Amino acid sequence: MNEFIQFILGRLSIEYFPKDPVTLGAAIGMPLTVLGLVGLITYLKRWNWLWSNWLTSVDAKKIGIMYIIVAIIMLLRGVADAGMLRLQTALAANGAAGPFSTDTFQQVFTAHGTIMIFFVAMGLAFGIINCVMPLMIGARDMAFPLLNAVSFWLFAAGMVLVNMSLVFGGFSNGGWLGYPPLTGLEYNPGPGVDYWIWSLQVAGIGSLLTGINFVTTILKNRAPGMTLMKMPIFPWSVLVMSVLIMLAFPILTVTLALLGLDRTMGMHFFTSDAGGNPMMYINLIWAWGHPEVYILVLPAFGIFSEIVATYSKKVLFGYKTMVWALLAIMFLSFIVWQHHFFTMGAGANVNAFFGIMTMVIAVPTGVKIFNWLFTMYGGRIAFKAPMIWFLAFVVTFTIGGVTGVMMAVPALDFQVHNTMFLVAHFHNVIIGGVVFGFFAGMMHWFPKIFGFRLHDGLGKLSALFWLIGFILAFIPLYILGLMGAVRRIDSYSDPTWQPLFITSGIGVLFIAGGIGLFVLQLAYSIWKRKQLRDETGDPWDGRTLEWSVPSPAPHYNFAVQPVVAERDEWWRRKQQGRTHVERSEYVDIWLPKNSPVGLVIGVLAGLFGFSIIWHLWWLMAICIVAIIIVVIRRTLIDDNEHHISANELFHEAAKASR
Amino acid sequence: MNSVTNRKIEKYEKAELGFWLYLMTDVVLFASLFATYMVLKNSTAAGPTAADILDPTYAFFETIALLASSFTAGVAVLALRFKRVRLAIGALVGTLVLGALFLTLEISEFVELVGHGHAWTQSAFLSGFFTLVATHGIHITIGLIWGSVMIAYIFKKGSTADSLRKLTLFSLFWHFLDLVWIFIFTIVYLGAHL
Ligand code: HEM
Ligand SMILES: [Cu+2]
Repeated sequence: MNEFIQFILGRLSIEYFPKDPVTLGAAIGMPLTVLGLVGLITYLKRWNWLWSNWLTSVDAKKIGIMYIIVAIIMLLRGVADAGMLRLQTALAANGAAGPFSTDTFQQVFTAHGTIMIFFVAMGLAFGIINCVMPLMIGARDMAFPLLNAVSFWLFAAGMVLVNMSLVFGGFSNGGWLGYPPLTGLEYNPGPGVDYWIWSLQVAGIGSLLTGINFVTTILKNRAPGMTLMKMPIFPWSVLVMSVLIMLAFPILTVTLALLGLDRTMGMHFFTSDAGGNPMMYINLIWAWGHPEVYILVLPAFGIFSEIVATYSKKVLFGYKTMVWALLAIMFLSFIVWQHHFFTMGAGANVNAFFGIMTMVIAVPTGVKIFNWLFTMYGGRIAFKAPMIWFLAFVVTFTIGGVTGVMMAVPALDFQVHNTMFLVAHFHNVIIGGVVFGFFAGMMHWFPKIFGFRLHDGLGKLSALFWLIGFILAFIPLYILGLMGAVRRIDSYSDPTWQPLFITSGIGVLFIAGGIGLFVLQLAYSIWKRKQLRDETGDPWDGRTLEWSVPSPAPHYNFAVQPVVAERDEWWRRKQQGRTHVERSEYVDIWLPKNSPVGLVIGVLAGLFGFSIIWHLWWLMAICIVAIIIVVIRRTLIDDNEHHISANELFHEAAKASR
Repeated sequence: MNSVTNRKIEKYEKAELGFWLYLMTDVVLFASLFATYMVLKNSTAAGPTAADILDPTYAFFETIALLASSFTAGVAVLALRFKRVRLAIGALVGTLVLGALFLTLEISEFVELVGHGHAWTQSAFLSGFFTLVATHGIHITIGLIWGSVMIAYIFKKGSTADSLRKLTLFSLFWHFLDLVWIFIFTIVYLGAHL
């Protein structure tokens, strides 16, 4: 009998309910919020609308919006985590107790890093790409629209798993990269590390599929006439990013799987006994991890390239060098990973090689910065909010790049490795590069997706708060790092550190203010959407194809398939006065039908992860069988498109232009 | 040319490219596992070494079975192209039987090893061995399921453009698994005795 119960319940048990007040609050608050939402939707009778417009949608723009919504909600959680971390270090000086226990602190910094990289940065990247990349290459949709939905729902399932850990079982305490042997079974028998593994595994498979989808889309769905060298830079950056995903994410899949096997099957890949080799984990995870930082930053580079050209009213300077820089980064990013562990005993020659390669990778990055500056030079620059984000980016990212090159010198890195200096470096490049880039992109393309602009002044103010907050939060960390403060400490004895930690904490408040202003900007713009309406479809005098269609972009993107002659095709048409489309050019089109398959697979994959975390083997088997059945059924359907006639298209377009 | 066929061809071209790209990611996946195995090969923790327990004759028969199944998979595609539906189905059944034989041999080797006390928990080398070989085995299992579905599909639809395309992707997958196995055979089984 006992055995049977154990079979059914796995290791689920009452003892895993949170006990300390902080997590308990979250554990009660979160389900209540979800219940509240469900109640609200029921009350407003919106289930049907939600189901047919969103949950089953395979339209890339809708999927993109869902990615962005999830990412912004996760951003709120990630910043709350950061606030907790800095509150602790502001207070816990010189023997004083901070508000959080060491274990909570460790879970919070692990959750912070994991969420920010996988669910905020990746989410914003995929979201923005889904919204605008097909439009920019003159495509109606992704190459595999349904697979795109599957990817999104896997991402969402991973997100749910991370947050579920808050309610039940606790999260990993092993840092965002989960180094063993600390994350091995011996030192971490609970479910926390398993939550970490399986949420990333599920979301990571989604990312992998997305990478395949983006590459196929860019290679196969471009408008006629758009050769690769006539493709705008943003899709180019997405192409390179996606190739990086294809080459790097399988390594993550393997690494997490091996750690999972160590933990659930008693294997010895990374254990400290029976021949296991923890150093191999460090190598594997960084062979994925370094490309990953470029996976994040390349689309941001692409966004800035479009923005700078548009708001300077000039052709992007050095298009070809931009492309070559992207390709150089793609190649180099695979031969620098060892710089993350110079100190771990590889020897002088190996360190020298990787150090030099790391310095080399800064060259193409620098080329891009100069190209943007030359694009601005002599332009008629419109200082709209996206340009303010860009300027903030140039300043902060350059500092981050310089400190990166400093750490590329192994001798210097021995001093600052795993100190607050390193923490400052990567926040410098990730906040200054990735986050600023995505905010700039959201403000730039918002009208194309929603049909109205975002309030410009509030956007600028938000950028200003982020910039000030960033400087306050991270410049002190550089100093602290040089003073010897190691990363991930929850208390310290040197009282001279405290003022710097307090300053850093104040910085987080400013960043929170910046996010608050962004939310305010959203709310205010929705309220004033009539005044902010984008009638023309081309509010910024844009250069590329997405601005040639009405705002918001229709679900089929282009009523008439555009044919491309030049890189800045829409700009060319405007110059030559050829923006009009004749009635005779309209033809019938076919679009993919909505499908619940994405959602279903997401739910099943989430349950699958949950079942492994809690050792519910029967549930795991059910999920596997169910996924196989769903996939088989789907592949046997040959008819999955619906049809829109030329007439309908013409009338809709006529209505939109009126 | 009628536009329905056109769209279908376009869709198929995308599916084919996408599938090739997927196979590339699978190459990276197996490469990571091979690298792991090579690193851990000598970490036997006083347990048996590869030379002690890995028997190339076992693997040799597995190789024969898989190579033969690759051949029959190729025959199936050709037969379908020439509208010889029954031959195609027969060849596919042959492929699956040979694949199942391969899997049976592999599993019995595993059972034997575990029976002698050499399970994946014994040493890092054994963890690496079981994981690498079983990952390939799982792929084969997926191939068997996919192949069975293909048989049912061709049985129902006959030799259409759709069924030919679907079968081509399947055979691509199957040949790919054959290739991966050749590497396993060389590096793991023959490599054990070098
Ligand atoms: C300009 C080129 C760059 C150089 C030369 C550079 C160099 C380095 C070096 C040497 C380290 C390891 C330091 C140590 O562990 O002691 C490092 C860590 C890191 N960098 Fe960079 N970096 C550059 C750009 C970037 C970019 C663009 C990103 C992200 C978008 C990034 C994100 C990170 C992260 C996340 C870490 C470490 C995380 C951890 O250990 O948890 N870096 N960088
Ligand atoms: Cu790196």
